[in-house]
Order: sequence, then structure tokens, then C-alpha cells
Amino acid sequence: MMTIDRRGLLRGAALSSGGLVLGAWTPLGANTPDAMPVVSGDLIELRIARLNRTVDGRPTRAIGINGMSPAPLIRLREGRRARIRVTNDLDVDTSLHWHGLLVPFQYDGVPGVSFPGIAPGQSFLYDFPVRQNGTYWYHSHSGGQEQTGLYGPIVIDPAAPDPVAYDREHVIVLSDHSRASPEAIFRRLKVQPGYYNFQRQTLAGLLAGRDQPAENRKHWGAMRMDPADIADATGATYTYLVNGHGPADNWTGTFRAGERVRLRIVNASAMTTFNVRIPNLPLTIVQADGLNVAPVTVDEFQIGVAETYDAIVIPQDRAYTLVGESVDRSGMARATLSPRAGMVAPVPPLRPRPLATMTDMGMGTMDHAPPRAPDPTAEQNASRRLATDDAPDHAAMDHETMEHDGMDHGAMKMRDFAAAPQMAKTPGVQTISPMPADRTGYPGQGLENVGHRVLTYRQLRALERNPDVRAAGRQIDVHLTGNMERFMWGFDGKRMVDTHEPFAFVLGERVRINLINDTMMAHPIHLHGHFFELVTGQGDHAPRKHTVIVQPGGMVSVDLTADAPGDWAFHCHMLYHMLAGMMRVVTVRPAGGAA
Amino acid sequence: MTARLALLLAIGTATPAWAQDHAGHGQMDHSKTDHGTPPPPPADPAVSGTDLPPGDAPAPPVPMPHAADGIWGADAMANSRKVMMADEGGGQRFAQVLLDRLEWRDGGYRWEGEGWFGGDLHRLVVKSEGEGKDRFESAEVQALYSHAVGPYFNLQAGVRHDSRPTPKRSYAVVGVEGLAPYWFEVEAHGFLSTRGELTGRVEGYYDQRITQRLIAQPRAELNLSAQDVRDTGLGSGLTSAELGLRLRYEIAREFAPYVGVAWERRFGDTRRFARARGADAGGVELVAGIRAWF
Repeated sequence: MMTIDRRGLLRGAALSSGGLVLGAWTPLGANTPDAMPVVSGDLIELRIARLNRTVDGRPTRAIGINGMSPAPLIRLREGRRARIRVTNDLDVDTSLHWHGLLVPFQYDGVPGVSFPGIAPGQSFLYDFPVRQNGTYWYHSHSGGQEQTGLYGPIVIDPAAPDPVAYDREHVIVLSDHSRASPEAIFRRLKVQPGYYNFQRQTLAGLLAGRDQPAENRKHWGAMRMDPADIADATGATYTYLVNGHGPADNWTGTFRAGERVRLRIVNASAMTTFNVRIPNLPLTIVQADGLNVAPVTVDEFQIGVAETYDAIVIPQDRAYTLVGESVDRSGMARATLSPRAGMVAPVPPLRPRPLATMTDMGMGTMDHAPPRAPDPTAEQNASRRLATDDAPDHAAMDHETMEHDGMDHGAMKMRDFAAAPQMAKTPGVQTISPMPADRTGYPGQGLENVGHRVLTYRQLRALERNPDVRAAGRQIDVHLTGNMERFMWGFDGKRMVDTHEPFAFVLGERVRINLINDTMMAHPIHLHGHFFELVTGQGDHAPRKHTVIVQPGGMVSVDLTADAPGDWAFHCHMLYHMLAGMMRVVTVRPAGGAA
Repeated sequence: MTARLALLLAIGTATPAWAQDHAGHGQMDHSKTDHGTPPPPPADPAVSGTDLPPGDAPAPPVPMPHAADGIWGADAMANSRKVMMADEGGGQRFAQVLLDRLEWRDGGYRWEGEGWFGGDLHRLVVKSEGEGKDRFESAEVQALYSHAVGPYFNLQAGVRHDSRPTPKRSYAVVGVEGLAPYWFEVEAHGFLSTRGELTGRVEGYYDQRITQRLIAQPRAELNLSAQDVRDTGLGSGLTSAELGLRLRYEIAREFAPYVGVAWERRFGDTRRFARARGADAGGVELVAGIRAWF
């Protein structure tokens, strides 16, 4: 159930508390056709099974919970206990991970790290205190089940009065859906990493004066680097969803004109970085990854896989289109916010896909030459046909950037292991960023010159003072490494299969982690069981996050207080990067203790 | 005042620290047992939290055993840990069968393809190529172990068997294949037959995308021999060369029909031997075929 007025919410919570909500979702507030079911109460029952669903009119298979995908909204209350019984009706092992929730590690839901997983036919009772509030989500941590539809949102209502005032809320779960199995997608990426990229540079584009000029193509070719490699799995296989609905399905959330509407936006994708905007409706960001931030008003923001943002909008008496454009612009998720059911707003065209720059290869920041349009034969998915002529947008103003022709990068070494002493010299390391730049002030690929305000990490400031303001006692570098020609991904040149050695922390210690991206793709890096502070010049009001995008060729420093004992997963949240080995275990143990 | 100045200096130098060498802070350094130098206390209370520079405390020892074993038992965790660490942590194995060229040409046919099985670094590769008209003129199969030796190249070694031309031959094979700068796919293999004959083959191609799906592929192959091999008609030196240009359309990534031209020529003694037995020395042919994989 997506449309919830706050009175209805409290009523619903009262109804379900103390009772067992099994399979029957308490309908709250206005009952729209697009209502998302909610589960809440003292014991929440979740049953995982295969199911059939329809996306944009096409039948497809999925794995869901209680008969639906996305899985129902789990509504919890800060200060209570969550007891969630998960039953596995699949014929394979499964698991559920509560993304961003601070739980005892044995209930974190990662098979092989925090618990053995849930075998077919078995049930598992997750039982943990709810120590926080905000917008989160949950998903399977077993194989590719997350891609198959096993994800859903979590909203935790605060124990104290909410500092964010709003009249109505909508949960917006963005995701990427494919009719191909996750195994098939992964295999294709391994066999031919450019399998899904139908927006590469071509001769036709060169002759038409599009994309890179010949000299730049030659230069990039010499490095065996493809600037059009923006996303691995693209709209060529994905339909981008809002709350499980395709762009033609057009999920619609309603409001009354002038209301403060809180959008709880979750990127539950397997592989898709989204650029989110609502033309003609400014977004005031009030929360990032479940924690409140000082309000900052923007027109667009990039959301990495597994990040969440809460935005307040104040719509007028008209309909609006919510656009979640894939970072490579191969397709869009689309929904409508409307004062009345049935109203639609113009849909802007997909903007041209960007090209990677020298900065994306870790060669520092540099001036950019004027842009050229993308390849004339570039292909986008079916959502391109939704564009309306009257769309009030800035597509024409979108400029992707390009480096100067004349710059000499010959002196910069592409793969100099002296720049990273702990790096394993493996075929999994294609490049090492010679000059990784702090890109927390960068809005994201393709968003540099869109003609309106775009959020950057540097604009985020925690609403409350950070709970731990000590200086980090030490710092470590973690290199995000990959080989895009072999589709190998890892940390410090090693895949998970290559090393079982964890990143070790002492309970209570504070450590600065420098995440250095040695690849030409953005990686959303997630640490389980903790929030970390982004080092972006906000001092003791640093934004605290569970997932952070490290932009291509860039770096992000975070300060971590290792305050949750146990073993925790630490990985790139791009599903196939993780499955390729871009994951490690983090251990947090008391000082002096062997275990 | 001095302390405050020192702190500001420390902040000033720590902020762009990624440009510096962190060798002294390697996270797996277990040699030190002291607790390092604690970071200086903030002289300026306005500077706190993430604005403070990190200290240089040593990394803790890497703990074992796994925490989850203490809750669920090591036996219960063993299988899921193996799955997470290996099967879902980069240790997956894949297989592919690729018919790179299956083509018809001037009354005859030709094939070249390979199948492989393995992971990122180690693979078993089976290659086959040959041609014929009414019957096989040449047919070879290779079984190679392929090992990744860098980001782009694989070292290969194994055996090759030719069932045509007769008499049949078997070879030991050593070679490399991979992606050269400017996106050239190249390979070079040397063959030592059981009769002591040393031959070699160098191939390369380049995929020029004309549009997203229309691809022109220039291709070159050179064959070499260290000695005359009279019963297969090889003379020493450069024995033959083939240049081709194929234009394919990828209906799907897995299936692309193509048309093209191929120019083939024998050289030196090989050319003379061919003439002596009435075979032509090469020429230009039109080709049509499919490229497919599954």
C-alpha cells in the first residue's frame, strides 16, 4: 500500500500491533489500485516462493514474498522488537538481508557470513531490536534471487516526533527487471562483457560527427578502454520498474494539491544506477540511507544501487512524471504523481548517453571540450516510445563532456602497482588510477551540465551531530579493482574466491577507509551492520550512510566506528560485480580477543 | 598557538592523502604490537568528527575462527560459506561454444570454432578448423589449457591433431592469444609435430562497428614452416597467407550472418609444390556464412 495518510497509518499500526499479520495486509488510507501491501506487527510472516507476474502487459516469472514482487512493505517502529519468520517455499536455499538495519550479525541474513541460509521447506526466525528509524529495504542475499524480484521496502517510524513534517507519503521502489535469468545475464557478461551495450561508438557516428573525434578514439583504443562502457546490464535486457510496474504500466501515486508529500525512494536494482527527477517539481532531500539530513533542494539526484533518499515535494493541482533514467540512458523507470487517478503528465525523452572521460579513468580532473551528440545508431529500450512532444524538460541542454584532444596522458601509467602497495598483481586488475580525485562534489556521469540543480554528496549534512566525533585512529586504502574485458571484479586485485582474509577491525575503533576506484565504472559500496561518515568537509555533521557510490576513477573517504561485533559482508552492490568476487568479509572483534 | 598551527598543517596535508604513499598503513601489517601514535587532541574544538586527520595506529591481527561458527556451529556454516566465498564469489565456471566462421565459398566450405570451459583464469579450450569441397581437405582439432597471464592475454598449451591432410599428424602446441592495443584480437601458436616438424600460425582480426549491429571484420592469417614438409606440400618460410573482410549483421549477439571476400595465396616452395601437383596457388573468393555462439 503506497498511499498512506498519517492518521490511517497510526490506525493501521494499532490494528496490527499485538496481532499476527499473516498473509493479510492491513489496507491503510485510500485504497488505490496501486496500493502496496504492508506487513507489520509483533510477528511478521514472510513466505518466499516463485510466482507469475505481469510487467507492461507481458507475463514473466519472479521470486516474491507472500505472493507478490516487489515484496510487501515491512513497517516497523523504533524501539520495538522485530520478529520476522521467513519460510522458504523455493527448491533452493534463500535468505533475507535487512539492508541498512543495525541488527545482531547473526540476523543480518548473509549465507556463509552471518548464518547458514534458509534451506528449502525451512523457516527462520529473525529476532532483533529496532534501534533506528527511516527508509530502508530488504532483499535476498542468495545468488541472483534479488534480480528475480526478491526485494521490498522497509519503513521504520520514529519513536520520537519526526523532524520531517509531511502530510502524505509514497514509497518509490526502483528496480530493474529482466525476463532473462540472473544466471543467463551473468554468463553473457562473462562471455562477452559488452553483450548488453548497444550504445557503443561506431563508424557511422564518427562520420556523422558524433561522440569522440577520431583522435580521441585512437587514444582510447590504444588504452583498450571503451568510453561508452557506462553500464554492464542495460535497457537491452531490463525494463525499469517503479513499485513493480513498468513504464507503460505507469504506477500512479495520488496527492492533494499543496500537500507536503514525502517520497521514500529506494533503489532496489540489481545493476542500475538511476538519475531521478520530477520535471517541474523540486525535490527537497531530507533523508539519505535512512538518516535525516539538513534539507537540500535539488531538481535531480543520482541514486546508486541500494541507496535510499527521502524527498519532500509540494505538488500543485496537476500531474507530474517521475523519471528514473538509467545512468546509460538505455531506458527509464516512469511513474506519475497525480491529484486524481487517470491524469498523466508529459514524459520527457530519454537523454543521450554520456561518455566516460579521462577523469573517469582516474587521471585527475581536467577541462572538458564542448560535447558532441551520441551515436546515431544507439539503441534504447521500449520506454523511449513514451516520450511526449510537450515534455517540459532539459533534454536539449544535456551535454556530455569530453576531454581535450591535445592533452598528453602518455606520461601517466595505466597500471602502475607502485601506486597501490597492497594490490595483488593479477589479471583482475586492468588499470590503477594514477591520480584518483575526490569526486564527492561530482553529480554523477551525464549529470554535469543538465541545466538544473543536481545533488552531490558534498551537499549532504547530517541533521544531528555525529554520535562518534573522534578522529580515526588509523586509515586503510581499499582499491576497487576490475577487468572489464574479463568481467572480473574485486578489492585490491583479489576476488572473494582468491582470499578469505577479512578486513579486520577492533570493536570500538574508528578507522578511515579510503575507497579508491581503479575502474571506469561507478561502484556502490555497502558495509553491513554499520553506518559510516562520509569525509566531505562536514566535520561532526558528516552524512552517515550504509552505501556509497565511488565514482569512476575517483575516491571516497569514510570514517567508520566499528561498533557492531561479528562478521559482516562488505561488497559492491552491483549484483554481478559482487557475484564476480567484489566482496570481502569485515570482522569486528573485541581488543585482545582471538575470536 | 604552535600546536594549533601543527594541527592545521596536519589537516592540510592529510586531506589530499590519497595522492601520497600509504605503504606505512597497510592494513594487514601485523608486525607492530604497540598502538601507534594517537592522533593529536583537537586544539580547536570547532574541528571535530570527519574534519580530524586519521592517526597511524597499527592494524589489528586478522581473527579466526568465523563469528557465525560460534552461533550456528561450524558444520552448519561450512557449506554456505563455501558457496558464498567461491561459487558466488568469483569462482564460477562457464562454458561457451563459438562458431566463429561457418562459411561457404566457391563450391566448398570452411569452419573455424572453439569451445571452452572454465573460470576467469584457467580454461580448457577445444578448437577446430578445416575446409573441404566434396570431402575434407583439411581438418584439425586442438585441445589446449589456457591460462590468463595478464589483463588481456592468455598463454595456451596443448595438443593438435590433423585428420586431414593425410598422413595424419599430431602436434604439441604452445601459443598466446589476447587483445592487443587498439582492440586487435591476436593469436600466435607454434606447432611441433611428432615427426619433428616445426610450424607456426599467426592470426589477427579487428571488429569495426559500422553501426551497433553491422560490423566489418578485417582478418589476416599467416602460416609459417621451419622446414619443407613434402607430404603436406609445405615449403620452408612463409607458406601461405589469407586476408579477409567480412561484413556481419548481429541479429542477436549470438547469431550473425555475414558476407565477405577472402584472398588466399601460397608462397615460396609451398606455392611451387602446389603447382607441381596441379593445385592453384590461391586467389580471391566470395564467402557467405554465419557466426554463432551458445
